[in-house]
Amino acid sequence: MRNVIVIALRNLFRNKRRTFLTSSLIAFGVILVVVFGGLAISFKSQMVGVLTNTAMGDLQIHGKGYVESIDNLPLNLTLSGAELAKVETLLKDMPDIAAYSPRIKFGAMISNYAQTSNVRLSAVYPEMENHTVPELVKRIKGHITHPDTFVRPGEILVPENLMKGLSLHTGDEIVLVATNKEGSVNATTLRIAAVTENVFGPSGKDGYIHMQDALALLRMDRPEIVEIAIHLQRFDKLSAVSSQLKKEAAASQPPFEVHTWEQLSPFASIARIVDLLIIVVKFILISIVLVSILNIMTMSVYERISEIGTIAAIGTPPRRILSLFLVEGFAMGLLSTVAGIVIGIGILWVMNVTKIEFTFGQMNVSLAPSIPAGELVWIAIIVMLVSLFAGFQPAYKASRMEPVNALGHV
Amino acid sequence: MSVVELTNVTKVYQTGEVSVKALKGVSLQLEKQSFVSFIGPSGSGKSTLLNLIGVLDKPTEGTIRVNGTDVNTFDRAAAAAFRGKTIGFVFQNFNLIPVLTVYENVEYPLLMLDRLPSKERRDRVLRLLEKVGMTDQKEKYPNQISGGQKQRVAVARALVTNPQIVLADEPTANLDHVTAFKVINIMHEMTNELGTTFIFSTHDQKIVGEADVIYTLEDGAIVNTEHRKAG
Repeated sequence: MRNVIVIALRNLFRNKRRTFLTSSLIAFGVILVVVFGGLAISFKSQMVGVLTNTAMGDLQIHGKGYVESIDNLPLNLTLSGAELAKVETLLKDMPDIAAYSPRIKFGAMISNYAQTSNVRLSAVYPEMENHTVPELVKRIKGHITHPDTFVRPGEILVPENLMKGLSLHTGDEIVLVATNKEGSVNATTLRIAAVTENVFGPSGKDGYIHMQDALALLRMDRPEIVEIAIHLQRFDKLSAVSSQLKKEAAASQPPFEVHTWEQLSPFASIARIVDLLIIVVKFILISIVLVSILNIMTMSVYERISEIGTIAAIGTPPRRILSLFLVEGFAMGLLSTVAGIVIGIGILWVMNVTKIEFTFGQMNVSLAPSIPAGELVWIAIIVMLVSLFAGFQPAYKASRMEPVNALGHV
Repeated sequence: MSVVELTNVTKVYQTGEVSVKALKGVSLQLEKQSFVSFIGPSGSGKSTLLNLIGVLDKPTEGTIRVNGTDVNTFDRAAAAAFRGKTIGFVFQNFNLIPVLTVYENVEYPLLMLDRLPSKERRDRVLRLLEKVGMTDQKEKYPNQISGGQKQRVAVARALVTNPQIVLADEPTANLDHVTAFKVINIMHEMTNELGTTFIFSTHDQKIVGEADVIYTLEDGAIVNTEHRKAG
């Protein structure tokens, strides 16, 4: 086989310019996939990271039926008392869960005494919330003494858009008016401690208050939790943990609901489009490799008919002739892939050094593109397989040539 | 003992509705270690006969035995394996592989066919290159040597697997007279030294004179057989 490889490589470099041009085309396709893949994967993971680490958490638990009417922020589909304790015990016992944060989410009226507007609020235990969505504090503009106490009793974090709309400033006093699940209305006065940046997606424009204030405002004797956000030890365990929790949820009485971030966020559709685009780019790569290798190997076979006749005449078995041409196509694919991957990684490195920054929605995104090793292996495997496939027809044709006809070819 | 035995061999080429009878019931026996020439005008069937003896093609009718084996029954792979072990070829256009050096061209059949230890392979290649006087050119590529040198390399390549038979179709057609004689003399020497049967076709009457046995073909049939030396 070593001899076949050596001869195939020499054949490949017989027509250096043609080999270079074809290899360049394939390498360009690989570079395209590596760079686009690196950017797309980085963009996606950054966006998912923003969503899950600043607002949503990786998973969420709600009372049965809550998600169907999530736009109304109902306060009667909650987890409380024994059932809440049961869910919390379950979460504490699962080693893949790093942290969780119980929330009461509700709508309220916010007033600066002169103007009034609506606000979505998340009432949280700040320490638990900080451990569950550790990037949240980065979205908070204002002085925070400690991330675990980003909101204290008597304080409110107001979303940026409301601050502007109501001409509010940090330190101002506002009034919150809310209706509890029994329909009674209550109000409380809170001081604006800081401002939360707007992030796209659900919870992206929520204000935050301390759980203690929510209990008082909504006249709850005990926390009636609407949502439990969950942060996993490892994000790649999302599917496994989700399945496990869903099993527990189905068996629980009363049952609760488990949703991953993808099921709750509209960004999941964008993420799927990004995945689709990566697949489209891979198809383009496959087409480039297929056409290039098929073209060059077909030309190679037609140019060397007499030579094929010679090697067949001196006794080279048809299978070895087949492998000779297959190795040529494969070697071209391999060399082009290596070159493409090296150049592609180089371009990603330059992008990392120069820092690509842009605004997505109202967020400033700084991309640090990188591509997982597994993705590179897949690209290499795809190109190798397509190279073999594309080279097969010309190689087979060469191996099936009758030596007497091939020798007589002019 | 006959190394090649043809009995009533006919070869018909069919092109569309036109059929051409290239060989018409040819029968002959070639002895071991003989230096045989087929002569005849263009289209007389010389190349067809060599192709059939070389197991590159199959007869339409008749039987061919090479080295005692009925070669008509071979499939492609078996024919290739048989050629590799039994037959060497020298072509009119030399047909050296351009990406390989002189040494590598001679070594090529051994790499493709035999599993010889590298030292033995090297010794055999160098010995043959020495015999054809090409040792000092062994690192050159085919486009760096003359036509006569190319044909000497082709002779060495044909002999490297120790074949029973070497077939040469117009081996001197592209060479000047002096070079042609040199090549024929080398082939003749190899016949005597290695015990190989050399069969070649030619137009050249002067070259023909070097053969032990001369078959004259016309219109696909042998019209004359001349034995010049015992053998």
